[in-house]
Amino acid sequence: MEFLVASAIGLLTAAGIYLVLRLRTFPVILGISLLTYAVNVFLFVSGRLTVGAPPVLRDTLTSYADPLPQALVLTAIVISFGMTAVVVMIGLGAFLNSEDDHIDDQPDETPTGGQP
Amino acid sequence: MSHWIIAPIILPALLAPFIVLAARYHIGIQRVLSVAGVVALIALSAALAWQVTDGSVMYYRLGDWAAPFGIVIVGDRLSTMMILLTSVLALFVLLYAIGSNWDNRGRHFHALFQFQLMGILGAFLTGDLFNLFVFFEVLLIASYGLMIHAGGKARLRAGVQYVLFNLIGSTLFLFALGSIYAETGTLNMADLSQRLAFVDPAETVGIRVAAVLLLLVFAIKAALVPLHFWLPSSYAEAPAPVAALFAIMTKVGAYSIIRVYTMVFPPEVDATSGLHDLWLLPAALVSLAIGAIGVLAARKMDRLVAYSVVGSMGMVMVAIALFTPQGIAAALYYIVHSTLAAAILFLVSDLVRIGRGNVDLTVQSPMAGTYLTAAFFFAGAIAMAGLPPLSGFLGKLLVLDAAFDRPLMVWVWAIVLTSSLISVVGFARAGSLVFWKAHSIDPPDQDDQSAPDTARPGILAYGAVGGLFALLVAHTVFAGPVHDYTTKMAGQLFQPDEYISVVLETPGKLSKPKETQ
Repeated sequence: MEFLVASAIGLLTAAGIYLVLRLRTFPVILGISLLTYAVNVFLFVSGRLTVGAPPVLRDTLTSYADPLPQALVLTAIVISFGMTAVVVMIGLGAFLNSEDDHIDDQPDETPTGGQP
Repeated sequence: MSHWIIAPIILPALLAPFIVLAARYHIGIQRVLSVAGVVALIALSAALAWQVTDGSVMYYRLGDWAAPFGIVIVGDRLSTMMILLTSVLALFVLLYAIGSNWDNRGRHFHALFQFQLMGILGAFLTGDLFNLFVFFEVLLIASYGLMIHAGGKARLRAGVQYVLFNLIGSTLFLFALGSIYAETGTLNMADLSQRLAFVDPAETVGIRVAAVLLLLVFAIKAALVPLHFWLPSSYAEAPAPVAALFAIMTKVGAYSIIRVYTMVFPPEVDATSGLHDLWLLPAALVSLAIGAIGVLAARKMDRLVAYSVVGSMGMVMVAIALFTPQGIAAALYYIVHSTLAAAILFLVSDLVRIGRGNVDLTVQSPMAGTYLTAAFFFAGAIAMAGLPPLSGFLGKLLVLDAAFDRPLMVWVWAIVLTSSLISVVGFARAGSLVFWKAHSIDPPDQDDQSAPDTARPGILAYGAVGGLFALLVAHTVFAGPVHDYTTKMAGQLFQPDEYISVVLETPGKLSKPKETQ
């Protein structure tokens, strides 16, 4: 199971980075979504993988799941969800304003910009 | 346990929704509320800063849960100085925004401004790494709104870049937090510094990766080369008061590096040695050089100022990267100076934009109010380039002195001095093109200029810039006491026992946790 989870995180991250490097609004937003999925799974397993164990401590229990990463991942999901909504709106505004969905500066506009 | 220390976070957090809900359609009421809130913040921060001058550490446990389990808000000398700096800067920026009518060109400026303050102040006060992430997100999401305030093609495009770059930064931050938690089982900074001793010396790979990832995240915030790409176009395209407020945001990155890499991962710790203590200094020197070259190469005044911010962050990071009490003290002195100087320059470039419709570094006919604007630009440029008599010179001197007899001292001195010379040339070129040579061409040549979009900046706008300048002069005149205080601050940072014991050993709910074996 460790192998499956680890390779899923790796695959999501690789796909996310590839899409982010496309430098057009839509693929980049998709890539960032994939990256946030990857990081959510990563955060989730940072408390180690446990199956069928409760997250609440009781005296009779010997094995339990770490509840903290679950709380952290909940926060991270909410934040990344909100952020994706914001970036979609700003990206849409930028596209409608300039009829162009490139992320990087176009050469004629800002010759001194330090964009990659 | 005093409740006051959480007030700087609560106050803007309550004020912002109140402004949205109750004063949505009344710009006058919004202005009054916003200014009153910031004045109250200054009073609060000053009181908090006053209380910890003796070296004590204030703390607040949310819900009274004891430290490694609950979230703590901690105020020591460093945090309280940073919140005082933030709220004072915010007041003048807000006055400028009102005086130049920037706040009325889009909606919800004041609400977003308050949320932004909440995020910045929270980031300075938190004692928990995950909470730091949350406050980073609060300040970022407010800054996205402020960044594209008043709209426009170029601004929206720069806004998209800014948002996407920071989203990737946040993702990296989460990866770093996940690996730190997986390695140590805690995210409380004081607790982390204790638990790092228990990391098996043979199994340090995870914690080393985490330390580097975290440094990358803070370096993105601090615009350290090679992660500075987002800064020039974002800061240049942002509305001027927002860019001036953003001057403190790069310092949030610097603050986080100081906090985490003196307390959690100090250079003496074997598990993470040979990483940031080795690589931060060269990166900082390169930022300094790139900033100076950018100042020389810029074709617009706002880009010039943005690159000078990159350069000044390079200077701050050079001082931090020495990882000595002397270096950190110099860095803290320089942080205050560069925040004020950058804010002045951003506001001055906006005065130029209002005066003549653009900020191109070309010879154009003189603009209205040119003498006062030119004087402010001159003063700001002197401060930013580090010439005497202003505090930039003193800060630079302190950094050079701290680098004396350190390894790489030759490089530090050579690059600091050369980049100062280059930025002096860059600022002098800009000033002479925009202000001086303007008198050499005929005045009525104005047909191709787009008319200034709104009314002239009021007396309030000039007053705000003048106020910031007065602060800068005060920072110069009282350099001795200020530097003594930053030295004490650095001493406290390098002796974190008091901080750690206050955070971990004060009893609360669930206190006396089992010690890690």
